[in-house]
Amino acid sequence: MKKKLYSLISIFCLTLTSCFSFTACGNDAESADTLVVLNYGKYIEADVLKRFQKETGITVKYEEYESVEDMYAKYKAGSINYDVICTSDYMIETLRKEGELIPIDYNSLQNYKNVDPAIIEASASFDPNHKYTVPYFYGTVGILYNTEKVDEETVSSWNCLWNPEYKNQIVMINSQRDAFMVPLKMLGYDINTTDTAQLDKAFDMLCDEKKYVYAYLMDETYECMVSEDAAMAVCYSGEAAMGMEYNDKLAYVVPKEGGNLWVDSWFVPRTCKHYDAAMKWIDFMCEEEAATQNFEYVWYATPNLTVAAGMDDETLADETVFPTKETLSRCDIYSAYDDKTLDYTTTLWKKLKAY
Amino acid sequence: MINRLRTSFLAMPYAIWVLICTILPLFYILGYAINTGDGSFTLSNLIAITDPVHLKSLGLSIQIALITTIICLILAYPVALILHNLKISNKGFIVFLFILPMWMNFMLRILAWQNILSNNGILNSILSALGLPTIHILYTKAAVILGMVYDFLPYMILPIYNSLSKINDEVIEAASDLGSSWLNTFFKITLPLSKDGIISGIIMVFVPALSSFVVSNLLGGGKVLLIGNVIEQEFTLARNWNLGSGLSIILMLFVLASMSIMNKVDDSENGGMLI
Repeated sequence: MKKKLYSLISIFCLTLTSCFSFTACGNDAESADTLVVLNYGKYIEADVLKRFQKETGITVKYEEYESVEDMYAKYKAGSINYDVICTSDYMIETLRKEGELIPIDYNSLQNYKNVDPAIIEASASFDPNHKYTVPYFYGTVGILYNTEKVDEETVSSWNCLWNPEYKNQIVMINSQRDAFMVPLKMLGYDINTTDTAQLDKAFDMLCDEKKYVYAYLMDETYECMVSEDAAMAVCYSGEAAMGMEYNDKLAYVVPKEGGNLWVDSWFVPRTCKHYDAAMKWIDFMCEEEAATQNFEYVWYATPNLTVAAGMDDETLADETVFPTKETLSRCDIYSAYDDKTLDYTTTLWKKLKAY
Repeated sequence: MINRLRTSFLAMPYAIWVLICTILPLFYILGYAINTGDGSFTLSNLIAITDPVHLKSLGLSIQIALITTIICLILAYPVALILHNLKISNKGFIVFLFILPMWMNFMLRILAWQNILSNNGILNSILSALGLPTIHILYTKAAVILGMVYDFLPYMILPIYNSLSKINDEVIEAASDLGSSWLNTFFKITLPLSKDGIISGIIMVFVPALSSFVVSNLLGGGKVLLIGNVIEQEFTLARNWNLGSGLSIILMLFVLASMSIMNKVDDSENGGMLI
């Protein structure tokens, strides 16, 4: 009975929202000064959005998603025509290979010169000829740890996550790619390996780790670490920086075996109906003031050089936010899996969760 | 005749509603389930339930749903009995108190449990203040069961309370007049007469517990994989709607089976009572 009620309510809500989005779409098609933006949740300063609308007169329909996979599902559902989307490296590669991207007119971007050439170069792994993307933020995957419970020496290697001493004190990252990256790096394999034998080995290690894991978390990681429920957590650098703001005992490290460097970028999908407005949007995101505001809200490393120039030394020296050259040299960018490997790793991930 | 027409006319909106929002989606799911994704017919999405991972999570779901139902029953029956026997005029108010937590969003209440149960949470603070050893309960099976019991308890209490309210007091008085002890009266009269309530309570707890995935997501910390979680992940992470639909159909069969078993029990008991 209750289930029925639930499903009725949810179906009702779904119908309502789809009705709204349909009408919204209808309106968008007619007016030239609207823009449909899709971005990660909590990934923009609200004032930047307000200013953009005020300064350009373009009405923004701003949509958010939680994980890369959500974004793909939302985009592929096709009920909304997105004009400009921000997402992560390997998903951009997937979409590029599917022919879903439209080239960016870099000449129309006045602020594009603000973007760090080093990060543009790093983008080559998912956008080889650099035709489709403009970097937004970047960061690493590492270990956020409580300095009172764990010493620096221990977390200098990923193998601390297999230390029985920290049973039920370890938070593992709840994302297939990132979780597999850890044992792959420890074994000295390529994090983009498609060799099933290597993936199997990594899987065995993760199964072995499960008995020490307190929880597999994503968005709740930093809260868990701030309240000191766990001693260490595998997480993104931005998540770590946010946690360290609230609790002085926390520190972040990319272990010596290396980790993952990720780059989130803007791109224009094939569904774009307002190309000029989309260019204005991307240009605005590269502008000094907007980028500064966004950085101060998001706390991931910004590829915007003017923002870095205006920053105080303390922030610049914060290795959690800005990974050093040495750290970056140990980190690799994910490349998209082919369908076979995607299926294979998804199955392994499911097996791990059921283990 | 006109009256009947008028009533069937009034039922029209509901019929359309059911057609569009229940029947049609069901056919869609069935369509996905017997499809490979490129349009050809297959049963592999249904047979996929025999995959060890899926079987294991289905088994775990059934186990957790059963434990939840039993705990709910043990907790709810005495409460309903006490409620019923309370000699106060405004029983509606007491029932209202039981429904009150349901006014608060269910996710919020489960998130509150996270704070209570976590390693450094309220429960462990109290335990360590009392000099007792702390416990690790959040992100375990026990926490998932606790969350489900907490969430589904009102659905067990209310039907039992209703069926108890329907029992004619004179029947119980007659039993004690004839010298039956309190315990005997309870087992011979009260319990059988409240069976309807127990059965609907069991259905209302067991069925949602079997297909739930939110509680295990929030209190299981990604370590407790129920069949609901598998289906959710097939739809989102793995982008395999066909497999997700196939497993949903299997789960639906389990739900229907458990409901029909319960209804059988219900019918036979009713029959027995009438004779």
